[in-house]
Amino acid sequence: MTRQLWALLRRDLALLLLGGRRAGSRGGTVLPLLFFLAVAMLFPFAVGPDARLLARTGGGVIWVAALLAAILPLDRLIEPDLELGMFDQWALRGLAEEWIVAVRIIAHWLSFGPPLMLAALPAAALFGLDGNTITTVELGLLAGTPGLAALGVIVAALTAGLRGGAALAGLLVIPLAVPLLVFGAGSLAPGGETGIALTAAASLVLLALAPFAAGAAVRSARA
Amino acid sequence: MQPAASPACHLSARDLACRRGDRVLFAGLSLELAGGEALQVAGPNGIGKSSLIRILGGLLDPSAGTVSRSGQAGLVDERPALDQHLPLAQALVFWERFDGRAAAATRQLGLHNLGDVPVRYLSTGQKKRAALARLIAQAAPVWLLDEPLNGLDSDAAALVEQLVAQHCASGGLAVIASHQAITLPGTRRLDLCEFAA
Repeated sequence: MTRQLWALLRRDLALLLLGGRRAGSRGGTVLPLLFFLAVAMLFPFAVGPDARLLARTGGGVIWVAALLAAILPLDRLIEPDLELGMFDQWALRGLAEEWIVAVRIIAHWLSFGPPLMLAALPAAALFGLDGNTITTVELGLLAGTPGLAALGVIVAALTAGLRGGAALAGLLVIPLAVPLLVFGAGSLAPGGETGIALTAAASLVLLALAPFAAGAAVRSARA
Repeated sequence: MQPAASPACHLSARDLACRRGDRVLFAGLSLELAGGEALQVAGPNGIGKSSLIRILGGLLDPSAGTVSRSGQAGLVDERPALDQHLPLAQALVFWERFDGRAAAATRQLGLHNLGDVPVRYLSTGQKKRAALARLIAQAAPVWLLDEPLNGLDSDAAALVEQLVAQHCASGGLAVIASHQAITLPGTRRLDLCEFAA
């Protein structure tokens, strides 16, 4: 089974991480990243050049932009493999859906979590955040993005095969991501350091649930 | 060429019924297949051939009845299960890694010149042949083929018949759902119309 999981991880990473290089594949990391930076860049245009306001709100904006960027790849996570019949082939080979989606969560996180943390640095510079705030934002993203990845895979599995699934997926993720956003962005407030621990806790709950919830959703979508 | 199938494969179904939505497609269907046997499931469109194949593979729950199977099942249906944007050779490599076995039949299937063509540009028949290459490399003793001749020219169709014959000769079993006639010596035939509800 280890061999099968490695093969899966290699394929998932190639599809999700490097996918953008090949026409017609599943997009890759670059688009959500550019989207994230574009949202971060729009904000100063909208609220004006008040440095104090930007520094105070910038961390929260980075969190909202990260959430929006995490929504972009949702329709590519599960649905194409259902359409291709990949899940049928995996089921025939006796590999449980729980394993498949667990691998996919890892690949999905690797394809957007670390790149997002990198992109948060220029975004933070744009808002003039100080060093401490940047550290808190980065730690919060490190704690929160695995939860976003797990949530994304759950919702992608639930909406796979539905008409308008892509729009529905975005709509479903936003309310479910509120705890992550509240704790993550809340950690930026003075004395809010415990927010990072709570973000991590919310992420762990989502990570623990996701393989089973998404696995069950895939099984029912397949039949 | 043909990987040896496990000697003790077996597929049996008892009193199967299949319901899609509120329509019962067939009921009271029983079958029994041992290694070396092939069964052609015939019947017009919409009679439930594909559903039967999926039930036999464990991908769909029957609304009544039981299926018992020993030996891994391999499936070829209308979806190739190969990444559309990848060149064929690389798309097959994924399954080679997954199954731990090289896809050796590409030359026999006439695919050896298509290795660098993206799967999406392959014709229907070429995709079907690629799916057969994946199936052979899986080395599953139980073959479930859903309309394997669709989109194939007469040469390729003859090749499929030959592959199934080889597979059965080496101890495997095959269930072939097709509305087209398949000429295989010793193939049993199951007409789904007899079980239509």
